[in-house]
Amino acid sequence: MMRSKPDEDDYWNSSKCRAFTFDDDYDELSSLKESKRAVNSIRQFVVDEDEDEDDMVKVSWSGEPIGSITWSIKETASSTKQEQSFPKIDSGPSLPRQGSGYSLSSLFKAFSEPSTRNFAPELRKPKSEYKDYVSDWSPEETVKRMQRGKFCSLETFRSLKDKMQLLDQAVCANDGNVITAVCTHVFLQKYFLQCKLEVLSRELMSRDVALRHYIHYLKEMGEQKLLVELFKSLGRTEDMALLQYREHLSIKDEVRRKEYLKSCISLPFPPDDAGHVQDHYTLLERQIIIEANDKHLENKGQVEVFKKHPRKASILNMPIITTLYYSCLQFPFKLSLTLPSTISEKQYLLTALSARAKLKEWLDVGSLFTTKNWLGYTKKRSPIGFHRVVDILHKNNAPAQVLQEYVCLVEDPNLKISLAQKYKCHDIVIDMYKDQKDRQQLIVYQGKVERGSPEDKKIQDILNNTQIRWKN
Amino acid sequence: MAAHLSYGRVNLNILREAARKDLREFLDKCAGSKAIVWDEYLTGPFGLIAQYSLLKEHEVEKMFTLKGGRLPAAEVKNIIFFVRPRLELMDIIAENVISEDKMRSPRDFHILFVPRRSLLCEQRLKERGVLGSFINVDEYILDLIPYDGDLLSMESEGAFRECYLENDQTSLYHTAKGLMTLQALYGTIPQIFGKGECARHVANMMLRMKREFAGCQTQVLPVFDTLLLLDRNVDLLTPLATQLTYEGLIDEIYGINNGYVKLPPEKFAQKKQGEGEKDLPTEPKKLQLNSAEELYAEIRDKNFNAVGAALSKKAKIISAAFEERHNAKTVGEIKQFVSQLPHMQAARTSLANHTSIAELIKDITSRQKIPPPLHPGLYLTLLHFSIIVVLCCISCVPPYVSASEAFFDNLTVEQEFMTGVDTDKVNTYIEDCIAQKDPLIKILRLVCMQSVCNNGLKQKVLDYYKREILQTYGYEHILTLNNLEKTGLLKLQTSTRNNYPTIRKTLKLWMEDANEQNPNDISYVYSGYAPLSVRLTQLLARPGWRSIEEVLKMLPGPHFEERQQLPAGLHKKRQQGENRTTLVFFLGGVTYAEIAALRFLSQMEDGGTEYVIATTKLINGTTWIKSLMDRLEEPPF
Repeated sequence: MMRSKPDEDDYWNSSKCRAFTFDDDYDELSSLKESKRAVNSIRQFVVDEDEDEDDMVKVSWSGEPIGSITWSIKETASSTKQEQSFPKIDSGPSLPRQGSGYSLSSLFKAFSEPSTRNFAPELRKPKSEYKDYVSDWSPEETVKRMQRGKFCSLETFRSLKDKMQLLDQAVCANDGNVITAVCTHVFLQKYFLQCKLEVLSRELMSRDVALRHYIHYLKEMGEQKLLVELFKSLGRTEDMALLQYREHLSIKDEVRRKEYLKSCISLPFPPDDAGHVQDHYTLLERQIIIEANDKHLENKGQVEVFKKHPRKASILNMPIITTLYYSCLQFPFKLSLTLPSTISEKQYLLTALSARAKLKEWLDVGSLFTTKNWLGYTKKRSPIGFHRVVDILHKNNAPAQVLQEYVCLVEDPNLKISLAQKYKCHDIVIDMYKDQKDRQQLIVYQGKVERGSPEDKKIQDILNNTQIRWKN
Repeated sequence: MAAHLSYGRVNLNILREAARKDLREFLDKCAGSKAIVWDEYLTGPFGLIAQYSLLKEHEVEKMFTLKGGRLPAAEVKNIIFFVRPRLELMDIIAENVISEDKMRSPRDFHILFVPRRSLLCEQRLKERGVLGSFINVDEYILDLIPYDGDLLSMESEGAFRECYLENDQTSLYHTAKGLMTLQALYGTIPQIFGKGECARHVANMMLRMKREFAGCQTQVLPVFDTLLLLDRNVDLLTPLATQLTYEGLIDEIYGINNGYVKLPPEKFAQKKQGEGEKDLPTEPKKLQLNSAEELYAEIRDKNFNAVGAALSKKAKIISAAFEERHNAKTVGEIKQFVSQLPHMQAARTSLANHTSIAELIKDITSRQKIPPPLHPGLYLTLLHFSIIVVLCCISCVPPYVSASEAFFDNLTVEQEFMTGVDTDKVNTYIEDCIAQKDPLIKILRLVCMQSVCNNGLKQKVLDYYKREILQTYGYEHILTLNNLEKTGLLKLQTSTRNNYPTIRKTLKLWMEDANEQNPNDISYVYSGYAPLSVRLTQLLARPGWRSIEEVLKMLPGPHFEERQQLPAGLHKKRQQGENRTTLVFFLGGVTYAEIAALRFLSQMEDGGTEYVIATTKLINGTTWIKSLMDRLEEPPF
């Protein structure tokens, strides 16, 4: 619908994807300035009343609104003279309160026995009394009681059938709180020990809702082993593999972590992840070697790179690209030996370029792009676009002639000329305008260069050249 | 304090008052002086219900944050724990209770679970041997918290993850309960519409709860005509896009938490006349953002491109008002002028603040000819960036684009995806962003967006992105990528047919001529893209979903309609020309831009429907994706 015109410029000018930008005709910034000015002028007028200015919300200078709960926590917790700061209120009946006649809990009081609602007295009852008290409740009643927040003994539900009935009842009630409680409190932990997992998972498989709640609960609780067993018996092997892989994050020691990752490789991951886990292991293995080696070298203090750029952190557990960058800082051309080959050409180039540019090894930078064709001529080629190369070089304070060399390689003439102007590669700009026979632009540009400089002279010479047929 | 809650179509202050009453009742149950120990997460949402003054009136003398070890000394009779029902918090509480000094005069312990008590937590306290130490174990039902006159949120951070990744539907149960509370206060909602699995589930629970409570009907004239339940996974696209309303951008860039935003202080420094350079404040400036502030209510839902004009117009009005003093000649006139001063000054402060915020945002969003100095960074707060920067002297590849250029380029790519341009190929911009190690969340937002707009990515493309991400950010993100796949945000294209273009065309998700200054369509909130969720809402009101059956079938989950019987005599008699009121509930989160779009629909002259918005959590693309990332260990340094 919109790419009918091949011309890029046309696309942008007529584009239906108007990007978010301010219209040049109506300069938003100036209107903001205007309102700022207005605000400031008013401020001068009312400067005397300025003291009491946050009328709407009182804010202490720490930023918390005064009287807010967060603010008060700080205040009351930090005040040392508590008795003075907060007058004691007599513990007698409080003042009559006004407000709406509604109360959220009262709305539902009708549905629960009012006197027991707020307490958990059953818990403190003697054991004997407790037992008669609960023994003959049906699953339905039990769940209802639980929903009201009352604690029930679920031990009366002994047989598998009873337990599943209770579970079904809980699921019916939809209350996640009760479902999870039934799942955990009664069955599973005890049950796991006694009964075969297969029986259980068969029962649970047909009770999807309960199962999901239980799995979420186990995750929250960090019940790793139980969860792995459960996934296994349910046949959810991919989940199991990821869960086991996740464990590596909690292993601090890098050698143990490496060994753990190694043991993960054979787990039944989803197909594409298996490769990534293998790569993860290989990376850590190599990082351990690099780290040991470099620590040693650094301590000996003989390696130039470490003197210039001391290591600020360990390379362990860093992403592979960061590792690549680190390696490029030292041994630019031995990389293939130390890292997996899955890194894309672009990524490799960007990383190596940044590293070498940082070290100001401009020759190395050149060799990154040089290719030889079959006739033996060398040529510079880049998969990332030379304008980005130029940006990176500029950020690393590359000298003018290096920048110029790469600006020349930019293909798009518009981009090239704007880059050349930005980085003051005068020769390129001048030559391009000359080639375009654009006299007007050349004259404009002359105004931008220093008077009497070689560039100025060069432009003058070209302008004086009568051989050129200017287009304007 | 909360007057702005009652200005809307539905007086949400009733809900707040009910919640406050409950709180007072609980506090009074624990007679005598009290100290509250807070689960820190709760202080934000609680602040919207009650300020410290209310607690103080009920003898709360001390407040602490929940921490392990021994509780601080405080001469109070009662210690009350205000906590979410989370097991790890129970362990801390148990530690507190056990290490209480036995020699001192005993203090009574109470625990208040928010929003619900949990059997597992009580079990945990029992296991630790401390449950018996509590005089009161209670719950404070705070499902839906009023955020503004037309906005309710449960602020349940994990709701999307729980529902769509872990498949734990507990938060949906709370949603249904919250809706029952709402119906108790505002009357039965006669019509329920919904789209999505979770929506169906919530509706089923509501209908069932209603049956169970039959006979206890509240005799309240219904305030809402319709409830629309929408699953977030029906519209995965919208939160991924960068919001372009004023409020949306504030949230994208600085993050709005419980109605507050923290901003870099530089632009708020005030110089007074006659004083030299004052030290710049170093702490972030914290501002409350809601409709109680007149100016904010006016501009928050505008496209950011229209904010500058609105601010300067306001500035002129205020200046003119202050100039009035020259015209005030008589004592009466002067008196009148003076009486207006406080209001005018509030307006001036408000204008100054928003002008500063607008400038901050503009530094990031606008494309300028001369690149501004590098901004601290659009996503600096995000994970992982720091890990990479720390290593090896300085960052590998320094970001060589300014923040505003990055913003512009990012937006361009988003819009290409949303209009269906080249969604089936590896995108070079994303490639470049990975190469320069932009924050991972930014990358994930874009890749997911491409996937959603292409109905899944081709194997080759998906593999390529995955490999690049893992190599650049670390292999452990296999876990995060898997989570994204499980929720459908990232997926493999299974059929060759991409139905997104059909959906886009039928629902008019892309509008060519979005008018940012004087909008005539909801698409202004994303400068062209009309949020799918809100389009569904709009079409439901007129002409009805029957007209888009085909598209509804392409979106995940069932769509349905239910009716609830009203008690006799409570049928609303609509006045001629009276608008209908619809409650739209977003299950799994809603963005500020979507809220703005719904407010726009409410204000349309011939719209006929006004909307109140409720959600499990206010989100943006960043917080949303973050909630789906696997919790990784802290970096080693």
